[in-house]
Amino acid sequence: MNNKKAVNRLQDFGALIALILLVIVIGAVSPDFRTVSNFLSLLRQSSINGFIAFGMTCVILTGGIDLSVGSTLALSTALCAGLIKSGVPAGPAMLLALLIGTALGMVSGVLVTKGRLQPFIATLVTMTVYRGLTMIYMDGKPISGLGDSFVLKFVGKGKLFGIPVPVILFIIIFAVFMFLLEKTVFGRRVYSTGSNWKAAKLAGVNIDRTKLAVYAISGGMAALSGLILLSRLGSAQPNLGDGYELDAIAAVALGGTSMNGGRGRIWGTFVGVLIIAVLNNGLNILGVSSYYQEVVKGIVILIAVLSDRKR
Amino acid sequence: MQIEMRGIDKSFGGNAVLKSAGFLLDHGEIHALMGENGAGKSTLMKILTGVYTKDAGTVIVNGQEVCYKNPQEAEKAGIVFIHQELNVLFDLTVEENMFLGKEIRSRLGVCDKKAMRAEVSKVLDRLGVKIAPDQKMSELSVGQQQMIEIAKALMVDAQVLIMDEPTAALTQSETEVLFQVVKNLRKKGVSIVYISHRMEEIFELCDRITILRDGSYIDTKRIADTDMNDVVKMMIGREIGERYPARDCRIGKTIFQVKGLTCPGVFKDVSFEVHEGEVLGVAGLMGAGRTEIMQAIFGNMPHVTGTILLDGKEIQNKDPREAMKNGIGFITEDRKVEGLMLEESIRKNIALANLGRISKNGVIQKKAEQDLVQEGIRELHIKCFNQEHECNNLSGGNQQKVVFAKWIYTEPKVLILDEPTRGVDIGAKKEIYTIINELAAKGVAIIMVSSELPEVLGMSDRIMVVREGLVRGVLNKEEANQENIMILATGGSL
Ligand SMILES: Nc1ncnc2c1ncn2[C@@H]1O[C@H](COP(=O)(O)OP(=O)(O)OP(=O)(O)O)[C@@H](O)[C@H]1O
Ligand SMILES: [Mg+2]
Repeated sequence: MNNKKAVNRLQDFGALIALILLVIVIGAVSPDFRTVSNFLSLLRQSSINGFIAFGMTCVILTGGIDLSVGSTLALSTALCAGLIKSGVPAGPAMLLALLIGTALGMVSGVLVTKGRLQPFIATLVTMTVYRGLTMIYMDGKPISGLGDSFVLKFVGKGKLFGIPVPVILFIIIFAVFMFLLEKTVFGRRVYSTGSNWKAAKLAGVNIDRTKLAVYAISGGMAALSGLILLSRLGSAQPNLGDGYELDAIAAVALGGTSMNGGRGRIWGTFVGVLIIAVLNNGLNILGVSSYYQEVVKGIVILIAVLSDRKR
Repeated sequence: MQIEMRGIDKSFGGNAVLKSAGFLLDHGEIHALMGENGAGKSTLMKILTGVYTKDAGTVIVNGQEVCYKNPQEAEKAGIVFIHQELNVLFDLTVEENMFLGKEIRSRLGVCDKKAMRAEVSKVLDRLGVKIAPDQKMSELSVGQQQMIEIAKALMVDAQVLIMDEPTAALTQSETEVLFQVVKNLRKKGVSIVYISHRMEEIFELCDRITILRDGSYIDTKRIADTDMNDVVKMMIGREIGERYPARDCRIGKTIFQVKGLTCPGVFKDVSFEVHEGEVLGVAGLMGAGRTEIMQAIFGNMPHVTGTILLDGKEIQNKDPREAMKNGIGFITEDRKVEGLMLEESIRKNIALANLGRISKNGVIQKKAEQDLVQEGIRELHIKCFNQEHECNNLSGGNQQKVVFAKWIYTEPKVLILDEPTRGVDIGAKKEIYTIINELAAKGVAIIMVSSELPEVLGMSDRIMVVREGLVRGVLNKEEANQENIMILATGGSL
């Protein structure tokens, strides 16, 4: 019995163990990898995917999926850059970008709830349309020369007590999501919607509103990632965030969240995000060509997900 | 076929569920397997048919020790199991469901639809049910789905047929047809294991009875040598007295009124009222529209017209959430599809309908939640390892108790119960009746849909009979009996 429980525990922490093994192995091979500054930059890189993956976790827990995050990121960032360029102070422009991202996510939510579209289709539509709108707005050209506002620089490049601001944000947002999903009524609604929406509905859960909320959150998180990128790059690109939805979904899957909804944990996603970051970073340092990197990433995801399967 | 199971042990994650259980099934008999919810009846049968593997013990079939590795193997040996929980694919048609995995193929390897249809129609005719083979499973009522499961088992040439609460979702007339079919099978020498919590059925149908308690074998008796009290005593180790506890009913003013409720093609012009502290029984045949009427009142049916009044004020139940806010509670008949999150714990399931109660400013109060759930488990005697027990792994009757526990703490003014004791053992039934009475005594108006006539008669102050979407009559407690309810339910008039 104890054995069996131990095995269950092990599977619970499958992703975590995979992460630790990866760090040990890569760290053993490469001295460049195991430096504090590299870890900090690794964390900073992972925050971009992290924000998106947290939002994605909520969506997937309700039994949905959000393919539009990359395009949402691009569009909200482009609009933010445009606003700053036209003289709006960076702070308000960035807040506005977050709201725009949230609103864009809500559109997907409306298509899913009121439009009764399947989440995959609904967000495929918004993904395509938002990317198109970004291109139109930017006329296919980057927007740069955003001045040197302190806030804009601070979110992506700033440091507090020697720790990069994105990393601090990453930790804070992780804690917020943890609290939201584990401790609040909203969290219960999210899980119950994905677990059995009929039972949830009969128990008084407003399914539509819950779904709307998770897509809004997902959009907002995508916009936040966009702001970090904007700050770091100093310019908005029309193809920014292209394919980011895949890394986010991979992180969620790595973390053990069921793609059918109802089951999963946010800390799993946190670990999943780190695994992907360690792989990217580590393989780069080891000088593995980017073609091989993709193959390795795919295989690691496969192994992690297989080992996580309970039944 | 003769089956002997001896000294069967089984535990799940360190918790012993069967402790030296067993029984002896003879050729051509109907053998009842009885015991409380969670006694291990279904588990024992799952071990026989290779769904689970036993930890210890022997299974002997026709004098030879066997150990089926999976249900297919058991089926090949002629042992067919109709499970307690429906195993249907809702998006497929009746015919596709019945032939799943054993499709008839023509020479080219293509499915022979015509042959399969014919076969399906033949079996369904034998059961006397009118269901078209190409109907979608999801369009059928729970009772009809159950009939399909039975039909599926009849298609196989079984020598042993295990029926785990086959009548839980059926009404009187379907039950009678089923009994006829079962008796005919017995005549042909088929042995039948019959699991049910309905005492009347056991005594009408079965030849012998084996009792399990807490996973252990207690005794086997010939039906002729025993009676209900004796069986109950063996099942729960004590007597329970009156089956329907008396209620000192103080029926108050009219609190709930439904006027002209109509849903085109489903039910029409349904009007009735319920008083404070009253239990209104709702009887009718399967598919009469009772569930749909209740779903409509709870705001879970589209295209419904009519008015609903609570305390004399009109209320709008746009969706279940509004209905709950308005003070209505609803216990659904289908625990698997609408009642429970099967993959979640007892705790999360009970909490779901009580989120407002156990939270402050949207944050769940862990202690309040655990206390509430613990109270539910205690009050309803839910047999589980702990609060985190996954509902999938509860016995059927205990799942039903979880659904019940979910609702009794929401403090509704009107509580609608759709088949509240389906699959619940006799002791727990009485506990549920007692809770119903307590709620009524507090002034809650209760509407209880039930297909078990003795239950409707035993519990209700008035009985409303529904047939084909119309209210055919409301009987007072004094004038109601089995006969006149059946007359109204089947199309006669009094
Ligand atoms: N897969 C499982 N994992 C853990 N516990 C289980 C599992 N299956 C059954 N149990 C436990 O075993 C006990 C016996 O369950 P079983 O389904 O055999 O009861 P039953 O006699 O059929 O009851 P009912 O009349 O309610 O159907 C229950 O307490 C149940 O919680
Ligand atoms: Mg059972």
